[in-house]
Amino acid sequence: MAGDTIVQGETGLEAAAAPKPRSEWTMAWRRLRRNKAALAGLGILIIISLAAIFADVIATEPENHFDIMAAELPPGSEGHPLGTDDIGRDVFSRIVRGSRISLRVGFSAVTISAIVGTLIGLSAGYFGRWVDMVISRIIDVMLAFPGLLLAMTVVAALGSGLNNAMIALGVAGIPFYARVVRSTTLAARELVYVRAARAVGMSDARIMLRHILPNIVSPILIMATLGLGGAILAAAGLSFLGLGAERPSPEWGLELSSSRHLLRSSWWISTFNGLAIAITVLSINLLGDGLREALDPQAGAWSH
Amino acid sequence: MAGYIIRRVLYMIPVLFGVLIVVFVLMRLIPGDPIEIFYQSGEIGGSGATSREGGEVSRKAIETLRESYNLDKSPPHQFVLYVWDVVRGDLGTSIAYRRPVVDMIASHWPATFALTMASMAVAITIGVGAGVVSAIKRHTFVDYGAQMFAILGISFPPFFVGLLLILVFAIKWQTDDGVGMLPAVSNGYGKELILPALTLGTAASAILARLTRSSMLDVLSRDYVRTARSKGLRERVVVMGHALRNALIPVVTVIGLEFGGLLAGAVIIEAVFHRQGLGLRLIDAIIDRDYPVVQGLVLLSAVIYAVANLLVDVLYTYIDPRVRLETTGS
Repeated sequence: MAGDTIVQGETGLEAAAAPKPRSEWTMAWRRLRRNKAALAGLGILIIISLAAIFADVIATEPENHFDIMAAELPPGSEGHPLGTDDIGRDVFSRIVRGSRISLRVGFSAVTISAIVGTLIGLSAGYFGRWVDMVISRIIDVMLAFPGLLLAMTVVAALGSGLNNAMIALGVAGIPFYARVVRSTTLAARELVYVRAARAVGMSDARIMLRHILPNIVSPILIMATLGLGGAILAAAGLSFLGLGAERPSPEWGLELSSSRHLLRSSWWISTFNGLAIAITVLSINLLGDGLREALDPQAGAWSH
Repeated sequence: MAGYIIRRVLYMIPVLFGVLIVVFVLMRLIPGDPIEIFYQSGEIGGSGATSREGGEVSRKAIETLRESYNLDKSPPHQFVLYVWDVVRGDLGTSIAYRRPVVDMIASHWPATFALTMASMAVAITIGVGAGVVSAIKRHTFVDYGAQMFAILGISFPPFFVGLLLILVFAIKWQTDDGVGMLPAVSNGYGKELILPALTLGTAASAILARLTRSSMLDVLSRDYVRTARSKGLRERVVVMGHALRNALIPVVTVIGLEFGGLLAGAVIIEAVFHRQGLGLRLIDAIIDRDYPVVQGLVLLSAVIYAVANLLVDVLYTYIDPRVRLETTGS
């Protein structure tokens, strides 16, 4: 799933780089490399991803292993660096396994939003007229739902559960990509080489994918990176509300919610799960900010 | 001006109608008959159709209920009836509570509204303050500190911040008689409001701080600010009088949108603090599949959001006379 966004980015990258080999992306990488915060974010994100991939090796206890005799042990206890929960499950092991869930849900939701949103936005901007009108009205309606409400309504229809939450977040993200891609496409459509491609009779699909898409890869990439952090937060939020993951899943938001009545006696369960979400999202946001500055040096809201 | 507002309001109608269609269709996708689901899961509040008795009597009561919810009619027919009800200001009746949705909104609205106002006050104070200081003291430790706060603020999940505040102020930090400094369960409007407002306000202030900083930096590099400085005006006057006024224009938009999203933002905070507002009702309704309540609350939020959007655009012309509404209308 994660690969889809990147593969999409790379095809665009090659096409964009065809006339002047990769210079733009090399420059962007150089700028990114100078940004310490972004590099730190990238580093942390790589560590978390590795933890997710090798979760079964890193976790010290088998999945769902519990030991009622070792319940609510504080952090630093022997064999339990982050303590245990109310039925004696190792908090560290569960957090490591939870990273797998959060990254998967985040990547999947963003992939759905980015791919569908891009295709819709491309069509609206390229074909114009009634196609644009219909799509734009649909985008308006989707954007009329404030915050998480569209995702929550979709969850209400599909029923709660992690996969449904993932689909709901994916759907809720579509209009943001569609809107940006549409307006960028409107501008790109009038570029000389796009008009030339149309004049020589190239097919619409080919023009859109080979000549227009490369122009809009960097805004999509920036949105997708920052959107990944947002999706992970939102998914944890839905799970916290009881609309996402279900017990005994080690999903971070769910863990936080189901351990909150233990806040008084064992603060560490909620705290470490909350920190796991925060650090993951923070690393992604740092990287996303850095990417925005690197790919779009004029605009960056955070540029120095 | 009046023409612009009328056009905007007229445009709101099809969009909100679209929202109505989307919510209505999504609610009809819920598998099973909502009344049956309630029948099986327990009692239908106050309806007399106590479940698990089976038999003819409650069957009949259920049929009556289905009829009263128009569930015996086809979905398109139901939609027409629903739209007609909405137009007359009737959002239907909750299945779980057997109470008109409008009544539920009226009784739970104040809790959400107070939370929103208090958290906006927190957000504007911290957010705009941090953003301005950060821009003026650019590249100093104050600036880096404010930037750090802002990125942490958008990365920390609000429900986690809320739990941390509860841990510190309601559990660890106690008065002499063993009661927490601030209450963790929040239904009042006094000090019960402090923790939830801080939680929701901090999240919003991070966004505002980032925006204010970049907007302020942009304005400070403009010619009229340079002119003001070269006239020999004191820095304070330049910053407060000339720069801030203009820098706040985009900030107003975000404040408006944050305010418009009040119900959406309050959902998670109300869940953390068990605050009996509209957000908590919405979660319950989604879990209970109480579709009239979900429909009503989502529609209400969309209306508030749309109105807030409109007000922001109108407000723009007052703060920034350069903006001509006719060109921004599309």
